[in-house]
Amino acid sequence: MDILYLLVPLSVVLVFIVLGIFWWALQSGQFDNVEREGERVLRSD
Amino acid sequence: MSATTRTGQPAVYNDSVVRWFAIASVIYGVVGMLVGVIIAAQLTWPELNLGIEWLTYGRLRPLHTNAVIFAFGGSALFATSYYVVQRTCHTRLFANGLAWFTLIGWNVVIVSAVIALPMGITQSKEYAELPWLVDLLIAVVWVAYAIVFFGTIGIRKVRHIYVANWFFGAYIIAIALLHIFNNIQIPTSLWHSYSAYAGVQDAMVQWWYGHNAVGFFLTAAFLGMMYYFIPKQAERPVYSYRLSIVHFWALIFTYMWAGPHHLHYTALPDWAQSVGMVFSLILLAPSWGGMINGIMTLSGAWHKLRDDPILRFLIVSLSFYGMSTFEGPMMSIKTVNALSHYTDWTVGHVHSGALGWVGLVSMGSLYYLIPRLFGQKKMYSVPAIELHFWIATIGIVLYIAAMWIAGVMQGLMWRSVNPDGSLTYTFVESVKATFPFYVIRLVGGLLYLTGMLVMLWNTVMTARQGRAVDGPVIAVNPAHA
Repeated sequence: MDILYLLVPLSVVLVFIVLGIFWWALQSGQFDNVEREGERVLRSD
Repeated sequence: MSATTRTGQPAVYNDSVVRWFAIASVIYGVVGMLVGVIIAAQLTWPELNLGIEWLTYGRLRPLHTNAVIFAFGGSALFATSYYVVQRTCHTRLFANGLAWFTLIGWNVVIVSAVIALPMGITQSKEYAELPWLVDLLIAVVWVAYAIVFFGTIGIRKVRHIYVANWFFGAYIIAIALLHIFNNIQIPTSLWHSYSAYAGVQDAMVQWWYGHNAVGFFLTAAFLGMMYYFIPKQAERPVYSYRLSIVHFWALIFTYMWAGPHHLHYTALPDWAQSVGMVFSLILLAPSWGGMINGIMTLSGAWHKLRDDPILRFLIVSLSFYGMSTFEGPMMSIKTVNALSHYTDWTVGHVHSGALGWVGLVSMGSLYYLIPRLFGQKKMYSVPAIELHFWIATIGIVLYIAAMWIAGVMQGLMWRSVNPDGSLTYTFVESVKATFPFYVIRLVGGLLYLTGMLVMLWNTVMTARQGRAVDGPVIAVNPAHA
């Protein structure tokens, strides 16, 4: 199963990238006051 | 309040690209479903291939799957993601030229599939049949798509990125990665190539791709659609915005590992099969998180389901999503899979997701979108939407019920042995027993196609009644920027 030497590292790298994006989202206040964001989409756009 | 451009003109969203993708989606839907009906008829009466090689089942089946997934579903996703990202970011698309390139490029891909597949030109990888030359074009179009989409997010006027965009964004990144790694090929001629991987290695990459194509193309992306169009159509905010965030991250962390469940009891190592099964079972939680969140968005406004056929399309699509995401993990359990694999149960499962979830949510969203793209308040005929809803739903029920019965029956017949250890039934006996269910499936498919034709007519009439309009960019209240 040599293919796992490609797929597992690829998936692990991906998980770290996703974790990085999650960390950014957390730090940049994407999840502050989220219910307000749910309401906003209903207003005129 | 409308925003203005630098020259003082009122700014408009780029809805022209959205409009063309929306129309393309409806047309490709009719074509893809028609090919589906033809091959369903061929399975019932094999002589319907008329002895012409281009019309044989083996060549039309990949044409059907490519047409419904990538042409119908893909165009619907391009249309809705471009529409949603502009509205929720309060800005026109980034790099308009590139957006037009994605429209043209994607259609060239589809036309080349329509030519290549019936000619028998194929990589023989399920859902990745297209030859290497077309794969390259897909990769270029996809990179352009990513630049347009993430560029638009980059120039957004609101700090918060709406949840629908997270789903669309995850789908765009994941599909790029999956497509590239699954299609690493060594070309031998213009139309032929060999996979860089061999044997079970190739099978593992293929189903790593195949299952994630289901997970990110047919699930995450359409959840993005759902998170915009259900709140808009119901005029209610998402039931729990918090839940939408939690299940988004849970979904994208777990999906990548579920692929081996397509290779139970094969040459794939047993432990890898078990890992795939366990992750598939875990997936039930984030999948149902989305389903519950979407349906509960209607809480306090259930009466709207009674007289709004568009909302019914969207909510019923979620019921099918919930059903197929329960069925999927169950079928990934090895003992269940021993019965279900290679039978028509799998075909029924796929279509409960494809017709029920992907199809209905796209149709509902397009019914919201199309009148707005032509400056109308609603579709030309609302009763026609109602009619479409009912014939499509009845069609799905006939289709999946027939395939459930046929699949379980086939599985039981194939595993049945006599006391002396010989097989009770020959394979052809199971084919013969399946005949009535193939007829019922064909009727279900015909109904679903009829619904799509009603939609095409309604779309043409709506377009003729209205005129192409690009929506004005709405400026954001500075307090919320």
